[in-house]
Amino acid sequence: MSLDMSPAALTRAEPRLMRAEPLLTMRDISKTYGDVRALRHVDATVYPGEVMGIVGESGSGKSTLLRMMNLEDTPDSGDYSLRLPNREDGNLFDLTRYERRMLCARHIGIVYQNPHLGLLMKHSSSGNVAERLLIAGERSFDVLRAKAREALDASEFPLSRMDARPIELSGGMQQRVQLAKAIALEPALLLLDEPTTGLDVSVQALVLDTLKRLQRDRKITMVLVSHDLGVIRTMADRVMVMRHGEVVEQGLADQVFQDPQHPYTQQLVHAKL
Amino acid sequence: MTLSSLTKPWAATSYGFLDASAKRELRRKMLKAIAVPGCQMPYASREVPMARGWGTGGLQVTLTLVNPTSTVKVIDQGADDGVNAASIRRFISRVSGASETWDTLAASIVQSRHRVPEEVMREDQILVLQVPNPEPLRGVEPNISIARQMHADADYGKLWLTLYEQIVRKGRIMQGAAYPSMVNGRHVMTPSPIPRWDVPKLNMAKHLTFLSAGREKRLFAVPPFTRVEPLVFSDRPYRVEDHADLTCRRSGVSGYFMNELPIDGGGSAFEVSDSNLGIKAIQQSEGAAIEVGKTWYRNGEFSA
Repeated sequence: MSLDMSPAALTRAEPRLMRAEPLLTMRDISKTYGDVRALRHVDATVYPGEVMGIVGESGSGKSTLLRMMNLEDTPDSGDYSLRLPNREDGNLFDLTRYERRMLCARHIGIVYQNPHLGLLMKHSSSGNVAERLLIAGERSFDVLRAKAREALDASEFPLSRMDARPIELSGGMQQRVQLAKAIALEPALLLLDEPTTGLDVSVQALVLDTLKRLQRDRKITMVLVSHDLGVIRTMADRVMVMRHGEVVEQGLADQVFQDPQHPYTQQLVHAKL
Repeated sequence: MTLSSLTKPWAATSYGFLDASAKRELRRKMLKAIAVPGCQMPYASREVPMARGWGTGGLQVTLTLVNPTSTVKVIDQGADDGVNAASIRRFISRVSGASETWDTLAASIVQSRHRVPEEVMREDQILVLQVPNPEPLRGVEPNISIARQMHADADYGKLWLTLYEQIVRKGRIMQGAAYPSMVNGRHVMTPSPIPRWDVPKLNMAKHLTFLSAGREKRLFAVPPFTRVEPLVFSDRPYRVEDHADLTCRRSGVSGYFMNELPIDGGGSAFEVSDSNLGIKAIQQSEGAAIEVGKTWYRNGEFSA
């Protein structure tokens, strides 16, 4: 008798997390770039207040999936919905470019691995945060300043440097500016694409501490992509393991790490250990 | 059937330097520009006997509008007697048969570089502004494809951010000319390098304004009675140049936009930028019966 290794069989949903209506639901997402099948029939569900970790090797489709969640890219097929107040359900991929931009500006924050993707390097750090507020329609300079200060402070960014340009800052500080920009409008969903990659261990720990505190204090729903199992283990409530554009296993973080079912997950966990 | 029976009899329909098809294209683009205030309309900028960057955009619009009954005024930085202004004015007059004037009140078409006249313009007048760079987003988004998407999405956050940065760095908005302004609540335009002083003159103005860039091959318009609102933070009011207390050393007028002239030994002297307004003031003071029109500013305060 052979062991059933299908994603469905390896999905270990927990009643505690399933009680709430999901915030994010993606169904049957597929995406091909030329000959490369980046995503293959991926389903994803994220519940309010949780941290969903996505792990996998380079090229497994983690960042592509995150870009889809941030509506930066459109899949070849699949549906995506977010449960937001005062908003009807519907496939977000059907929105116009303008509607996508406004929805992302108001409800989704993102922190990129490369700060150059997320920040305007020639503008001040506070200006980077203010930009997000400006897109959402804030037109008072004093309010912009106050909210930028608040978001930077919450990200544990030294306020004495709030008008320094990101290009003058260290990698860890740049990530904090990105984080402040992402949380300035208190988004329903915070996407984190390898936020600690490239940082030294002590700075990594500081950034992770900030993320944990934000998650604890503000109950922000987060999707965290990383190839670093240690980071995922520290942060995530649930884990989705991806390989070759497919979800091979998902479940509670502790379960997945302590009792991995799929051979690839076992290989990942043991390699880490 | 003869060829002549199939064609209309010849008529002198083309005044001015441009051929009829060029004018037809420009008129279509000008009508589109009026229909969508502040939106840049591309057009096939023609060769005119002047180098690009010297007012060829404004000249093409003027040549399209002009006819032998027109009266044309051309100003350069407020002055009618600048070499460029005089050359353009004479050229327009020569190729179209239009009359020339220095008087804002007498003109049917005012072509201008960098200034809006101080006297209020009427419904039957058209202002043509020469524009070097029609794209307000150029400074924040050099990629023209993305800039067009940003206009389509009314995505002007980066323009606001530029103003935010100026206040953060300098304590005030430093944008001296070409102040980005929202037209009819939809498109942000750069109102050519007119000073901040002149931007309120375009708001709900009675006259039609065309802004045309020959080198960049784009034109846009502010139709009469259209809102033109400078981008400004709700708690940082729009401020024009502080010229209210300055007096022209030649004409004695005060409360208008002045040119600052450095003088020997330090310090500055001032002359009214709208040279014809100064001339009128001098002629009036000498007892001539000269009509000075109502001005947008009174004693340095915007009042129109």
